[in-house]
Amino acid sequence: MKIETLVKMANDIGNFFNAESNKDIAAEGVSKHILRSWHPKMRREIIAYCKEDGSALSELARTAINKLDQA
Amino acid sequence: MSINKQQDFGTPASAATQLVTLEIDGFKVTAPVGTSIMRAAASIGIDIPKLCATDSIEPFGSCRLCVVQIEGGRGMPASCTTPVAEGLKVVTQNKSLADVRRGVMELYISDHPLDCLTCSANGDCELQDMAGAVGLREVRYNPIETHLDAVKDESNPYFSFDPSKCIVCSRCVRACEETQGTFALTIDGRGFDSKVSPSQNEAFMDSECVSCGACVQACPTATLMEKSVIDHGQPEHAIITTCAYCGVGCSFRAEMKGEQVIRMVPNKDGQANHGHSCVKGRFAFGYATHKDRMTKPMIRASIKDAWQEVSWEVAINHAASELKRIQAKYGKDAIGGITSSRCTNEEVYIMQKLIRAGFGNNNVDTCARVCHSPTGYGLKQTFGESSGTQDFDSVMKADVIMVIGANPTDGHPVFGSQMKKRLRQGAKLIVIDPREIDLVRNSPHVQANHHLKLRPGTNVALINAIGHVIITEKLMDEAFVKERCDIASFAKWETFIAQEHNSPEATESVTGVPATELRAAARLYATGNNGAIYYGLGVTEHSQGSTMVIGIANIAMATGNLGRDGVGVNPLRGQNNVQGSCDMGSFPHEFPGYRHVSDPATHKLFEAAWQAELSDEPGLRIPNMFDAAMDKNFMGLYCEGEDIAQSDPDIQHVHAALRSMECVIVQDIFLNETAKFAHVFLPGSSFLEKSGTFTNAERRISPVRKVMTPLAGYQDWEVTQLLSNAMGYPMNYSHPSEIMDEIASLTPTFAGVSYDKIDELGSIQWPCYDEDSVGTPIMHEDSFMRDNGKGLFMLTEYVPTIERSSRKFPLLLTTGRILSQYNVGAQTRRTENNAWHAEDRLEIHPHDAEDRGVKMDDWVGIKSRAGETVLRATITERVQPGVVYTTFHFPESGANVITTDNSDWATNCPEYKVTAVQISKVNQPSEWQEKYRAFSETQLDLLEQGTSNS
Ligand code: SF4
Ligand code: SF4
Ligand code: SF4
Ligand code: FES
Repeated sequence: MKIETLVKMANDIGNFFNAESNKDIAAEGVSKHILRSWHPKMRREIIAYCKEDGSALSELARTAINKLDQA
Repeated sequence: MSINKQQDFGTPASAATQLVTLEIDGFKVTAPVGTSIMRAAASIGIDIPKLCATDSIEPFGSCRLCVVQIEGGRGMPASCTTPVAEGLKVVTQNKSLADVRRGVMELYISDHPLDCLTCSANGDCELQDMAGAVGLREVRYNPIETHLDAVKDESNPYFSFDPSKCIVCSRCVRACEETQGTFALTIDGRGFDSKVSPSQNEAFMDSECVSCGACVQACPTATLMEKSVIDHGQPEHAIITTCAYCGVGCSFRAEMKGEQVIRMVPNKDGQANHGHSCVKGRFAFGYATHKDRMTKPMIRASIKDAWQEVSWEVAINHAASELKRIQAKYGKDAIGGITSSRCTNEEVYIMQKLIRAGFGNNNVDTCARVCHSPTGYGLKQTFGESSGTQDFDSVMKADVIMVIGANPTDGHPVFGSQMKKRLRQGAKLIVIDPREIDLVRNSPHVQANHHLKLRPGTNVALINAIGHVIITEKLMDEAFVKERCDIASFAKWETFIAQEHNSPEATESVTGVPATELRAAARLYATGNNGAIYYGLGVTEHSQGSTMVIGIANIAMATGNLGRDGVGVNPLRGQNNVQGSCDMGSFPHEFPGYRHVSDPATHKLFEAAWQAELSDEPGLRIPNMFDAAMDKNFMGLYCEGEDIAQSDPDIQHVHAALRSMECVIVQDIFLNETAKFAHVFLPGSSFLEKSGTFTNAERRISPVRKVMTPLAGYQDWEVTQLLSNAMGYPMNYSHPSEIMDEIASLTPTFAGVSYDKIDELGSIQWPCYDEDSVGTPIMHEDSFMRDNGKGLFMLTEYVPTIERSSRKFPLLLTTGRILSQYNVGAQTRRTENNAWHAEDRLEIHPHDAEDRGVKMDDWVGIKSRAGETVLRATITERVQPGVVYTTFHFPESGANVITTDNSDWATNCPEYKVTAVQISKVNQPSEWQEKYRAFSETQLDLLEQGTSNS
C-alpha cells in the first residue's frame, strides 16, 4: 500500500492522541489504535518504513510504531 | 388473508395515568382521564358514528354525527370532543340521536356525487359507511347549488384531489398541521363556499406540500386518493413490513392485490412512526418493479466483454471458482466483501460469516464506513456501546433540542415531523450547521433560538467552546459526573477544556460563530432542563468525525443529559439498516455485537459455533481494499447492495481500483454503477421480495416481510448461502428466523430477540438480554456499558483539516440530501419522485456568484484537487459566503469526482463535508463527465448485447 497513505493515517491518529500530555499514554493510545484497526500487512509496512526512514512520521506516531514493533 | 383494517378509535389516546370509570350504553368502561367518550366507547367495541374525527389528530367537533346523550346532562354533546368523567352514563343510540345523525348525513349526501359503485373509495369510504350506519334511506333536499362539478387536481404524481367529493371535514388540514407540521392546507372561504385549499389556492404540486400522504390517509372519502387505488382498485390483503429507505424505519402495511402492491400505508401501531410516513416510503416503491430491474444472473470475463445471461448454478459456480482461483494465486487475503445498510440484518450476518469463515479472512466492510463509522467508534469509547441512547419518542420530553449537522425534515422526515411537533409545543432549538436548514426559520411555527452557522470543518473547535462555557461558567451537573462517570478522565478533560484556546472568544475566528451567540447557546443547552442532541453526517463525515462524536458525548455527560427520557445523544442514521449492519459484525475488526476479533473469548465462541478457523487480525477497510487493489494485493470483491462506484469519495481512484480487480461480483437489484465494473452479476431482491429484519436509528429491530415472489427467484440471503456452499463452506438455513436465532445465541445484546417476539411486540429495541426482556428504549439508565460502568471523558483537541480554502480553491463545498431523493438515487430516480428533484444543483451565495459572473441556472464547473464536475447553479442565501453546497443523488453529477481521500483519523470515514473548490462559469460538461457518459453507454450496450437474445 502507498506508504504516504499509511504515514498520513498514522499521523492523523497521532494528532488525536497528542492532546494527552503524558506522551507515554499518548503513544500507547496510538499503537493500540493501529493494532486494533489495521490489517497486519499495513502494520508490517509502516513498521518497516519507520525502521528504514520514518522521517515523514510525527514524533508521537514514530514512538507508537516502535512500540507496536516491540509488542 | 384479509385487509384487516386498523381500528380507528376516533381520537388520540390520552397519556394520563389517572383512570375513571363510566357507563356507555349500560356497559362499564374504565379509561384514562382526558380520553374522549368516543374513544372509550370504541375501546369496548361500541362504534359511535363519526366523520370529522380520526385517531391520528385532535378532535374538532364539526360534523355533529357523533352526538350522544349523557344522563343528567343537557343537549347532545359531540362524543369526540367530550372527555370521559367518573360516573357518567352515556347513551349512544336512541331515536333522537338517530334523527340528528340522519339529518346530518342527508345534508352531506345532498352535495355529494352518488357514484358509489364506480368510486375509487368504494368499499373504503367512511361517508358510505356512515350512510349505512345511520340508516340513510332518502335525501329530501334538492340543493340549488352544489360542488359536483368542481375540477380535480391531478398535479401530484401519487394522489389525486377531487373536490367534488369533499365534505370539508378538515381532517386533511389538521393532519397536515398536527402530524406532518407543514401547514400546506387551509379551509378557504366560509359556509357553502368553504373548500380545502393547498397554500393560496394553488395546485398541490405548486404548494408547500411535501407529499407525505398524511392528508390522504386522514381523508374519509375519495377526495384525496392514491392514484394507484384509482388505477387498480382496492387492495384485498395487507402485510406489515418496514420501509427500506431511511434510518427512521417506519412501519408500513403493504396493501396488496395478489402479488401487486397497491399502496403502502403507514402502520398506526408502528412504534417508530405512529402511523406517519414521508413521500419515499409511502409512495416511492415503484422502483421494485421498474423495467430496469435485473432478474437474470450474468457473467463475463472482462469488463470490455458483453454480458452473458446464465443459470444461477453457472453464475454461482463461476463466482466461487474465480474467488478460489484468486486466493490460490494471490493469497487468502486477496478477496473480501462489502455489505450494505440496504441489506437485512440476516443478510449482513451471513455475508460476514461467509467472509470470516468461508473466505478465511476479515476483509468485510460496510457502507457505514462512509457515514456513521465515527459514531460507532466515538460512542463505544465514551459510553461503551456503538449506538444512540434514546428512542424517538424521547424527543417529546426534550426541553432543548440541539441539531448538529443534520437536516431532519429532509433526511429523516417522519422523525423531523415529531421533532417539529415538540418544538411547536415550546421546546427550544439550537441548530449547528453551515447552512440554513428548514428548521432554522422555514418551518411553520418553528424558529431556532440559536443558529450557529459555523465554517465547514470546524465542528470540534465549536463543541470544545461549548464544553468550555459549561465548565468555566460552572453549568455542569456535578452529581451526575461524580456518580456516573470516570472521575480521572473527567479531571483531565476539565483541565483541557478550560484552557483559553477552547474559549468561544478564541475559537470565533476559526468557526466564524460569534462568541456571545455561542455562549448563549451553551447556557441554554446546559441549563434548559432536558437537553437532547440529534446529529447527522455533518458531524461524522469529517477528518475529525470521531473527535466530534466524542466531543458531543463529553458535553452530554458533563451536563447530565443522559440516562433518562427527553435527553441523550442521538445519531440520525442515514440508511434504513446502518445500525443493524454495524451490529451484525460487518466491520473488519469486529464480530457481531461490536466485539473485537482478537478478543480471545469471542474468537473462541465464533470458531466453535461456525466450525471454522477464524482470523484474529483486523481485515481491510473499504479504502484499504481499493489501495490494496492498486497494488495487486486485493483482486476479488463480493459487493452486495452497495454502489461504491458512485457513493465513495475520490471516485476516479475507486474506478481505477475496480478496474484492476480480476473478479468483481455485484449483487443488486439494478445494474448500478459498480456493476459496470463487474464480472459476475447476481440479481438481488427488493425489500418487498424478502424476509428479515431492519434495525433503525433507535436500535429498533423491525420485521421485513416478503410480500411478493423474488423477481429473480431467490431472496438475497439465499444467494449468499448458495455462494457459501459453492465456496465449500456449508450453510443450510431454511428461513431467516434461523439466522436470527443464531445471532441471538452468539450475541449477548440480542440474546432475547426472536422472530416470535418481534411478531408479538411489533419490534424490539436492543439490548435485549434474555427471553423475558422486551428491549431497551433508553440506554445507560443506571450505568454506562463500559467495563467499569462509568462514562469516559476524552480529550478533543481541534486539528484543522488539510482541506482548507486557498487561493486556488477558495470555496468550501459541503454536501447533503433532500427529501424526495435517496442517497445514490438508484431507487428514487426510478420513481415519480423526480417530479420534485430531477437534478443535483450547486447552491452558491449571491456574493460568490456575482464575483464569478454566475447567474441562476448557469452551468458551473466545480474543481477540487481530486477532479472536476459540472452542475447548474442555484443562487441562495441559505449558504454562507465562502461555502457552496450540493446533493449527490445522480451519478452523472459526479459529486464524488471532487471529494478527496481525506478521512476521519479513527475510522477513515471520508471527509465528504469539506472539499476546497473553485467555481467557474462553463458551457459544457467536465471531461470526467464526458468520459463517464461514454463508459456508461458502452456498458449499457454490453448489457444489451448479452441480454437481447433472451
Ligand atoms: S401530502 Fe402531507 S404535506 Fe402535502 S398536503 Fe397532505 S399532509 Fe400536507
Ligand atoms: S379532502 Fe377529505 S379530509 Fe379534507 S376536508 Fe375534504 S373530505 Fe375532509
Ligand atoms: S421517514 Fe424514512 S423510514 Fe419513514 S417513510 Fe420516510 S424514508 Fe421511509
Ligand atoms: S366526529 Fe365528532 S363532531 Fe365529527
